[in-house]
This record gives sequence, C-alpha cells and structure tokens, in this order.
Amino acid sequence: MACERDERVLFCGLSYRFEPGHVVQIEGPNGSGKTTLLRTLTTLSQDYAGELLWRGRPLSKQRHDYLSQLLYLGHLPGVKKALSPAENLRWYAHSRGESARRVGTALYNVGLAGFEEVPCFQLSAGQQRRVALARLYMSDQPETWILDEPFTAIDKAGVGALEQTISHQAALGGTVILTTHQDLHSIDASHINLRDYQPMEQQPEKQQLQDYQAPDCQQ
Amino acid sequence: MNQSTSLFGGFAATFQRDLLLAYRNRGELVNPLVFFLIVITMVPLGITPDPNELAKLAPGMIWVVALLATLLSLDGLFKGDFDDGTLEQYLISPQPLYLIVLAKVVVHWLVTGLPLMLFAPVLGVMLSLPAAGFVPLMLSLLLGTATLSLVGAIGAALTVGLRRGGLLLSLIIMPLYAPVLIFGASAVASATEGMPSTSQVAVLGSFMAISMIGAPFAAAGALRVSANG
Repeated sequence: MACERDERVLFCGLSYRFEPGHVVQIEGPNGSGKTTLLRTLTTLSQDYAGELLWRGRPLSKQRHDYLSQLLYLGHLPGVKKALSPAENLRWYAHSRGESARRVGTALYNVGLAGFEEVPCFQLSAGQQRRVALARLYMSDQPETWILDEPFTAIDKAGVGALEQTISHQAALGGTVILTTHQDLHSIDASHINLRDYQPMEQQPEKQQLQDYQAPDCQQ
Repeated sequence: MNQSTSLFGGFAATFQRDLLLAYRNRGELVNPLVFFLIVITMVPLGITPDPNELAKLAPGMIWVVALLATLLSLDGLFKGDFDDGTLEQYLISPQPLYLIVLAKVVVHWLVTGLPLMLFAPVLGVMLSLPAAGFVPLMLSLLLGTATLSLVGAIGAALTVGLRRGGLLLSLIIMPLYAPVLIFGASAVASATEGMPSTSQVAVLGSFMAISMIGAPFAAAGALRVSANG
C-alpha cells in the first residue's frame, strides 16, 4: 500500500497483516503519515493506492461488518462539550445500534464515576479525553481498535490502566493498532516504523513521482 | 427485524441528542428568529407605513427574510461535529449516514424553520397581509422551510471543512433556493389576489419530497469528501 498527501508520497510498499490478538504500534517521526495510515485503515480516507483486505476479502465489499466491530479514536475526541459524559456515551452506543447498559461501568473504569451528569465543558482536558476512552469499555466482544495517540493528556495511572485494557483486548482476540510516541511498558507490541517505507526522494515533482512509483510502489 | 429497529435506533439517538444540544445552546438558536423579527419590523419604518403598499410587499418580504434567516443558521449544521470529531464517528458508524444526516436536518428544521413558520402570521399582521394570505403563507413556509433545511444541508456539508465557508455556502445554495422562493412567494401573492394557490403549494410539496429523498444522500456524499481532506 502507498499513501500520498498533497502530491507528497508519505510511505509506500507497506504491506502488513494485522493478526487477531496482536497489538501493533505504528511509529515514525511527526508528519510521516501515522494518522493518515490509521484514517485509511478506518476507511475515512480513500486516498491510497493498493488494497485493504479484511478476513481475506476486499474491505470495501464488507464495510458494514468491518465497521460494526471497529472502534476508532482519533485526535479529536468526538465528545460534545454541552452534553454530560453519560449522554455522550449513550448516543455513541445507540447510534451504532448497541445497548447503552454499560455506560455506568465504562465511566467508572476511566475514573469518571461521580461525573456522569456533569457537562463536559466543566471537565478538564484529561477528563474529556477519558470520556472518549470510556468507549473502549462499552463492549466485551473482540474488536478492532484503531487508536490515534490514546495516551495524550492522560496521567500516569491512567496510562497504566489503559495499557492493561489494551492487553486485555488483545487477549480476548481483538486487534489493536495504535500510534504513540511513548514506550509501551506492559504490552508486547509489534512495531511498524513508517520511516522504513519512506520514498528515497522526499519531495519529487509530480512527473517524477509517477515514474518513481512504477518500480517500487505498485504491488 | 432486529436490523430495522437498530437502524431506527441510530436515527432516534442522533435526533434526541441534537434536540438536547439545541436545547443546551438555545441562546444561539434564537438568532435566526430574532433576525426574522427585526427585519420585518423595520420594513414599515423604512419603506412606508401605508397598508396598501405593505400588503403588496408582504408575501415576498416575509419569504426573502425567512430564506435569509435559514441561510444564517446553516453554517453551524455540521460545523460542531466537524470540530469535535463527531463527524468522523458518523462516517465510520455501521448505521447508514443517510439517516444520521436526515436526523440532523429534521432537528435543524424543528428549531429554525418551524418557529419561522409559527411566527409568520404575526409578521403578516405587521405588514397588513390580507386575511386570505395567512393559510397559504403558513402552508408554503411549512413545506418551503423544510426544503430549505434539506437543500441547505448539502451546502453545509460541502463547506464544512473550509475555515471560512460562509460566503461559499451562500453562493452554492442561493441558486437552489431561488425556485423555492419563487413558488413560495407566488403562492401567498396569488392567494391575496383572490386566486387559488394550490398549484404553487403542490409544486413546493414536490420540491420537499424530492429533496427529502435526494438531499441527505448528497449531503452524506459531501461529508465523506469534506472529511477526506
């Protein structure tokens, strides 16, 4: 798979098989395309050359099944500040056609017990981030988690708990793909370093780019 | 069966949440309505207090201002969702985006178009609208504002990723609003002249039916494009 943004090739020749039960950490310097890769994997971004397969078949043919078990946490938390944490999570569950009975437990798990009905704009940045993270506790099925910088604004104890949750999800048979600049202490993660897939020339002209792609990136 | 109830669940959840959000931000919601009221109150002061003159202006005036008031409120339709990342969650939701967009548009209409329609008779009195015009005015605004919200959603979705999309939004949407304005104002005008307005109202109804089916699809497609960049 190759990815291009604003006529700049971010990475190419990337081929990887995400196995159930594995945690994969995407690494690379700022601007190397980590978020772009994650957004491509969630089907949010369609600007890529190559193929996305899920369970051996093209992803685009089984979008609904894939999305039903996908949990994506982006840079933006997707939390409405005018609503309380519980209202945010209830909407999240219902809008995906799931039951909202675990909202209380999920908020308890991220340390927001007692804040269920407080409007989110009154919470701190870390607490708002935790509202988004509470989604991780809404289901006990093995799922695909795609987490973009999940540890941002989270305190040390929170990071530890989050690492445990990620390991637990992997043990359940889920797949976790995440980006972070921190080292994962308690997780046995595989690594993809996007620097290994960067094209040789950083900013080729468009014509060169096409010539360049021909030998290396068309798999 | 299970699938269809959960489909409706997605619509209902977004509908409920947006109504709640509208209630929490009710200060902002009054803006279009206040704009509507102020402009119409200014007309007799600025043009003429003569009831005969005003009666001629009334249908077009009320319709133009209702249209501009709707346009004012459109910018925020998807903006909040785009800024806080909720939009990304819509796009990767297993629920059809069509229903989520439709739920948002219905709420938008309930909090902008419907109040405009309900206030229109009061403004009709201010502008000395003849009695025969009131029912067609409300009926045409009922159908018309719903169309304006639906069609406006396409423009709002197209410009949501732009930092200053307001002007572009108006330029994209205005040509699409013109037919609604023409038929809406003409329905009221012909009723005040003692002629039937059923044909104009029927045309407005067909506009609404078409945009109800097509507009959420177009808006959903536009949202995917906007979020891609």
